[in-house]
Amino acid sequence: MKLLYYPGCTLRTVAQTFDLSAKAVAAALDIELVELTDFTCCGGLFPQTTDNLMSLLAPARVLVHAQRTDPAQRLMTLCTFCYNTLKRTHYTLAQDAQKRAIVSEYLEEPYRAEVRVVHLLEVLRDDIGYEAISQKIAANGAVQALQGARVAPYYGCLLLRPSDEIGMDDPEQPTILEDLLHTLGCTVVDFPWKTECCGSFLSVSKPELARQCSQTIVQRATQLGAEMLVTTCPLCSYNIAYMGPNHTAMTVAYFTQLLGLALGLDQDQLGLRTDALHQQMTSQWKGGAI
Amino acid sequence: MRALIHKNNMQEKDLLREVEELSGQNLYACYQCGKCTAGCPLAFSMDILPHTIIRLMQLGQLEPVLSSNTPWHCAACLTCSSRCPKGVDLARVMEALRALLIRAGYAPIQVFRLPAELAAQLPQQAAVSALRKHSG
Repeated sequence: MKLLYYPGCTLRTVAQTFDLSAKAVAAALDIELVELTDFTCCGGLFPQTTDNLMSLLAPARVLVHAQRTDPAQRLMTLCTFCYNTLKRTHYTLAQDAQKRAIVSEYLEEPYRAEVRVVHLLEVLRDDIGYEAISQKIAANGAVQALQGARVAPYYGCLLLRPSDEIGMDDPEQPTILEDLLHTLGCTVVDFPWKTECCGSFLSVSKPELARQCSQTIVQRATQLGAEMLVTTCPLCSYNIAYMGPNHTAMTVAYFTQLLGLALGLDQDQLGLRTDALHQQMTSQWKGGAI
Repeated sequence: MRALIHKNNMQEKDLLREVEELSGQNLYACYQCGKCTAGCPLAFSMDILPHTIIRLMQLGQLEPVLSSNTPWHCAACLTCSSRCPKGVDLARVMEALRALLIRAGYAPIQVFRLPAELAAQLPQQAAVSALRKHSG
């Protein structure tokens, strides 16, 4: 299966482990990731004022670029912010012909509103299937790296909301991450704070507030006996690792890294030994596999 | 904020209409159940609680709303928007309030400084989105 892939800025810089591990996992599951060449910024956040067309241009440019590159393919993202911004922009432009016309005119290329933005989690659930992943894990030499690891799934905010535009899973009671983690053999902690915001970009403008948000999440996960928080977003990971209590006593990993471990991939391929932030995040895990 | 209100000879109700237009939301749909505030992860830090922001605007009192730290403490996590039983997208209202202040020149772009250790590992997405939220 071939998929267009949009990494975005953060996966090229401080979250290289996410990019690396996703590529390794995709290769192991026979997904061919074709990176969007010369990609530009998605804009970071979806503009929520009704008249702010200017902020739609950055994500629209990415969508038009994807449409030009391979109109038949879906555009896969990993970073929650890219996913949310691109998908909401597509939704807005698909619903509003007038906005689409103005944006298309500015970009000097009509956006046909046919690009389907997907997240790797959706590809794993809908295209590959958990059953097939399970079989692959068994076939790859029964790596028991994650057997019994007590992990708490953490979705954060923008992966699921607004659900009428994103539509990945239930915005209040999602299970897509839990279902994957069960497949990997983890012991999944029932974590009521899984969709609570980590403080997001407030770590820049109001760090003390992001700290309180992240601390709550880490403390609750600790109280519930979790050894690790599994995230899908570089900013969640950062806030939990750096804004949590004492630079956190909680291990943080991307879902792609755990999937890679379960598939028996080499730790270097998953960025588990190379990245400084990651080493700090994962050094305390008692399970020892990371 | 009285200055903003009187700057363009605007009445409070004109500004309220502008908030409704910018956000695309009907402020009078809110019946004050308080679910937005109950779910807001930043409510602890806000000087006016999210549902009170709407109530004040319903009553035509925009001045305390525009002086409040609430729009700036909103992380746009959309918890309120997804839980509102009346379909009011409060995150859009907060964005409209920020936009109103930014466009009137009352919220100059700030330079945020982080300790070097934190800045070195900061995801770029955070810098980009923080700037977006503070520049419209």
